[in-house]
Amino acid sequence: MTVDLIIAALMTVVGLTTPILLAGLGELVTEKAGVLNLGVEGMMLMGAISGFAVTVFTFNPWLGVLGAAFGGAASSMLFAVLVLQLNSNQVATGLALTIFGTGLSSLIGLSFVGRIVPPFTSPFPAALSRHPYWEVIFGYSPIVYFAVLMVPLTAWFLHRTRAGLILRAVGENDHSAHSIGYSVVGVRYAAIAFGGAMAGIGGAYFSMVITPMWAEKMTAGRGWIALALVVFAGWRTGRLLAGAYFFGILMALELYAKAAGFSFMPSQFWAAMPYLMTVVALTIISARGTQGANAPACLGKPFLPST
Amino acid sequence: MRLKLEKRQEPSMAMLIATPILAVVATMFIGMIVFDFLGIDGFRAVIDIFLTPLLASYKWQDVAVKAAPLIIIALGLSVGNRAQVWNIGAEGQYIIGALAAAGVGIAFGPVGGFFVILLMIIAGMIGGSAWAAVPAVLRTRFNVNEILSSLMLTYVAAQVLSYMVGGPWKDPNGRNFPATAPLTEAQSLPIVVPGTTIHLGVLIALILPFVFWLVMSRAVFGYQVRVVGSSPQAARHGGFDSRRTIISTLMIGGAMAGLAGALEFTGALKAINLGFPSGYGFSAIIVSFLGRLHPIGCLIAGIVLAVTYVGGQVAQTTVHIPNATAGIFQAMMLFLILASDILIRYRVRFVPSAKPQAVAGE
Repeated sequence: MTVDLIIAALMTVVGLTTPILLAGLGELVTEKAGVLNLGVEGMMLMGAISGFAVTVFTFNPWLGVLGAAFGGAASSMLFAVLVLQLNSNQVATGLALTIFGTGLSSLIGLSFVGRIVPPFTSPFPAALSRHPYWEVIFGYSPIVYFAVLMVPLTAWFLHRTRAGLILRAVGENDHSAHSIGYSVVGVRYAAIAFGGAMAGIGGAYFSMVITPMWAEKMTAGRGWIALALVVFAGWRTGRLLAGAYFFGILMALELYAKAAGFSFMPSQFWAAMPYLMTVVALTIISARGTQGANAPACLGKPFLPST
Repeated sequence: MRLKLEKRQEPSMAMLIATPILAVVATMFIGMIVFDFLGIDGFRAVIDIFLTPLLASYKWQDVAVKAAPLIIIALGLSVGNRAQVWNIGAEGQYIIGALAAAGVGIAFGPVGGFFVILLMIIAGMIGGSAWAAVPAVLRTRFNVNEILSSLMLTYVAAQVLSYMVGGPWKDPNGRNFPATAPLTEAQSLPIVVPGTTIHLGVLIALILPFVFWLVMSRAVFGYQVRVVGSSPQAARHGGFDSRRTIISTLMIGGAMAGLAGALEFTGALKAINLGFPSGYGFSAIIVSFLGRLHPIGCLIAGIVLAVTYVGGQVAQTTVHIPNATAGIFQAMMLFLILASDILIRYRVRFVPSAKPQAVAGE
């Protein structure tokens, strides 16, 4: 393999990692507050189309990212009202959100098929971002740096701030948090909205950076991989970053299997690899039984205050 | 005035039945408003999606053929959902079921007839339940979340399909198009209503709900599933093995999805191509909830969903709405049914808001 090919492959890995890292971080915060939102895939698609649409109208990809965050968060509120206000089943409601987001994004997206959007300008000087070697560090869209930056920021928020402590308390023991005066429902609304916004930006990375155009169902199940990632990471931000890159490498395998001389197996084998390995990774992590200790105690359970 | 929720002594049977109907009606109204907002004739769209397939008799066969796989898959999923086991990979089990049936058909070459077709269908059920056995064993042995593993295997199943129909099982006379050779008459399910497309699978979908009803209400297994779902601790005290319940409910779900795949292949489509997975496995989840996890409910809800599929196609040509619209309606129904769940266990009361006049000590 030539150096050029290695650099191209590394950049592909980073690109494939970014959406699942963003969506995974969002879901991690949501789950830390005790809410399991299976609607990640739907929120990513809503973010993908919202970001794309805003960019088409404003020619400004930065506004597009804001639009994506808003689109993802707005769709997550449908889920939030149902599970927080009406105590509906979180698993089924999350699924409904995915089905809804898939359908609605396709409907909205119809008028955007075939349109293109202006790319982000690199935050770094062209000497670095276009440099044949240094582009492997400096040559990405700002969303990539945002995603990486959000890893320590999320960790800091969860473990070093008062708000993060309250959020974890709500996820660990909702009744205690309620009895000392914190708004369980309020905290969970915020956590779900954050999860939606992050998934939305993750989705927009597909429509605004990777392709960059709109196609229905373009996130192709990555929302589910993001969900698996949170379990895989044992609800820890550092491990989430490592896990996201692990899956990014697996996904890149499909694209580079031929070039790397892996054509001894059919291309479908490499395409199935990320999903197969997700199952394998979940099995290894779950079999060790250590992640259970770190799982938020109230995850997925409805909160019914006794008064 | 403000809303107050009062817990009911007993879950309301009336609400259990009324809320799915309310959900469908509310979906129609909301759909009308949303479509008008989007610049589409909402009234016409809703009429075409929900009523035209029922009123136009020539659409009935399409509804019946579409409802069959939805009902069969939903029956299996409802058993799991009752035990709080979440199999969302029915789509993959459906694919593997169809492939297993195709494998048997190809192995018999030109030979067909009753026993070959029966073998194909049994192979479909075994294939589907084998695919579901993976998340089942992973869940019970290693505590792996079955939601994620069953869904991941759906993507794997799609790649298996892509490999088989593009490679070993590709039709040699198919102009290089990735698809299996179409089934001969001798390997296809018989048509039960002459002059229509209504095949034996539709009849099976009509009978199975009653079989499931009998088993779930009369047999110990049905009771065991309900106990494990509502109170795992009580199940343990009662001597019910929750592991076995998890494995059996997942494998029943897989067998039913595999059966649906085999019937769809041998009865309706006759060949498997890349477009074979059409989302029945996911829509069946909605059917199962809309049918309140009850076998007869699944039968009715399966027909309702099939109507929206067929009606969606009608509306595509009449008011030019995209294919995805039926999916939005289906999701809306699921949202509304989940939202109305609270009415079963709670009573909504309007109470005069007690004005907090001079609350001391606050």
